[in-house]
Amino acid sequence: MNNSSPQEYAIRFVDVCKSFGDQTHQHIVLDRVSFSVPKGRTTVIAGGSGQGKSVILKLILGLLQPDSGQVLVGEKNVPALGYKALQELRLLFGVLFQGSALFDSLTVFENIALPLRERTKLSDKEIHERVASTLEQLELTGHDTKFPAQLSGGMKKRVGLARALQLEPEIVLFDEPTTGLDPVMSKEIYELFLVTQRRIGYTAVIVSHDIPQIFTLADQIILLNKGELDVFTDASQIPHSNKPFIREFAQMVMGQQVA
Amino acid sequence: MTAFSSTLCMKQSEKKIFVLFRIIGGLGGQALYVLTDLGRMGFFLFFGLLGLLKSPFRFRELIKQLCFIGAGSVTVIFFTALSSGMVLGLQGYYSLHKFGAEGMLGSAVSLTLIMELGPVLTALMVAGRAGSAMCAEIGIMRISEQIDALECMAIDPFRYLISPKFLAALISVPLLTAIFDVVGIAGGYLAGVKLMGVNGGAFFSGMQQSVTNHDVILGVIKSYVFALLIVWICTGRGYFVQKIRGAGFGAESVSKVTTQAVVISSISVLIFDYLLTAVLL
Repeated sequence: MNNSSPQEYAIRFVDVCKSFGDQTHQHIVLDRVSFSVPKGRTTVIAGGSGQGKSVILKLILGLLQPDSGQVLVGEKNVPALGYKALQELRLLFGVLFQGSALFDSLTVFENIALPLRERTKLSDKEIHERVASTLEQLELTGHDTKFPAQLSGGMKKRVGLARALQLEPEIVLFDEPTTGLDPVMSKEIYELFLVTQRRIGYTAVIVSHDIPQIFTLADQIILLNKGELDVFTDASQIPHSNKPFIREFAQMVMGQQVA
Repeated sequence: MTAFSSTLCMKQSEKKIFVLFRIIGGLGGQALYVLTDLGRMGFFLFFGLLGLLKSPFRFRELIKQLCFIGAGSVTVIFFTALSSGMVLGLQGYYSLHKFGAEGMLGSAVSLTLIMELGPVLTALMVAGRAGSAMCAEIGIMRISEQIDALECMAIDPFRYLISPKFLAALISVPLLTAIFDVVGIAGGYLAGVKLMGVNGGAFFSGMQQSVTNHDVILGVIKSYVFALLIVWICTGRGYFVQKIRGAGFGAESVSKVTTQAVVISSISVLIFDYLLTAVLL
């Protein structure tokens, strides 16, 4: 994987360190972490709770600053960007948040239309047409006047996905897309993911607990455990990792005997 | 025995030094926290006001906030003003009657309301009613990642969420103060003239002679400053809910921070009332 040129990567982490707390109670989440996310492919980041999976997403978006190291999106180093450059960079991204993060005072329609209203110069009519078409594709027709509190967990995720994809982003970040959903609903979200990725061709970064199901979507798997990180192209490689905490994690969650 | 007591003595003195260092460290930590918090809030105010100059301006949100902060507060302002004015009328009559100066009642009631009670009580009512709601709304948006979602969509949360609230408060609070003044004076008239029998002509002529433009302007300046303070503190506390020491997490943090925001904004209103009176009177 690492023989490819930097242009083939959408995102690169180079020796990134991130810790929380003060000097007396420091919790190191990422310790000199390096990996790359190939363009147009799906990278799954998995690991135990509190291992820094969501921190990685926030570092990519510039919502958190690393203690040291580089977070490169294309050729741009995110921590070094100014406010305007960061705003422009964020237009490349769509994000599906863990709790969907829908605006609870806006209807489903208004939630999906928000990025179009705020970030494009489309007319009201064009926005209506685009949102109506998205609602139809995601089987949400008839729910457009509902508020997020009136939706089920699966529907909220679909609305969140619809909103994330409105500006046809180059990179979509998924933070625990199936948390709190039953297996049927999870399968539905995965199918939706595959359909939309085929249509738009975005680079996907999925942070998930849903192991091993989530690995079926992955072109690349990144496992995090107790400060160690390892990258795999296939789930079958995981038990053969040369990193002891990764093998321990694999044994724990996948129930496989480590070689 | 001597060696033992000297060791014990050293240990005790080391313990004292350790405790002293902990106290100094704690104080230093608290001072640093306060400075960081003030800095954060300073930037928040700057970006909140800067958002007013950025396009596209959210006119519909401004109307919504005007309805909420302004129109929604009219009832509470009306009753607070009426009761305050009536109490002022009765108290004023009681005090002035002792000196045979009931004719000064109009002047006393109107000056007290226009310069002090109108702006202060309006601000306290708005802080309690709208300020708490603004803090809770922004706090919930923060903990449920809605503000992160705005940032990820490259939408400036200050322009989108905070600035319309600033503008709405800067428009509504002076108007509510004006309503408070008028209703309060009417209350004073009702209690003083209609109930206690003070001469109506004397009430109004006293008011006309004593209230100057300067007094009215002082009241208006106060109401603008109070509006700014309320929105700044209440939305700022909500915005930084996860960074406030001792606030806890989740719903509990929002409830604690909302209480804190109302308390801080109310105290600030009272402190700034004194400062503005001292400077501008």
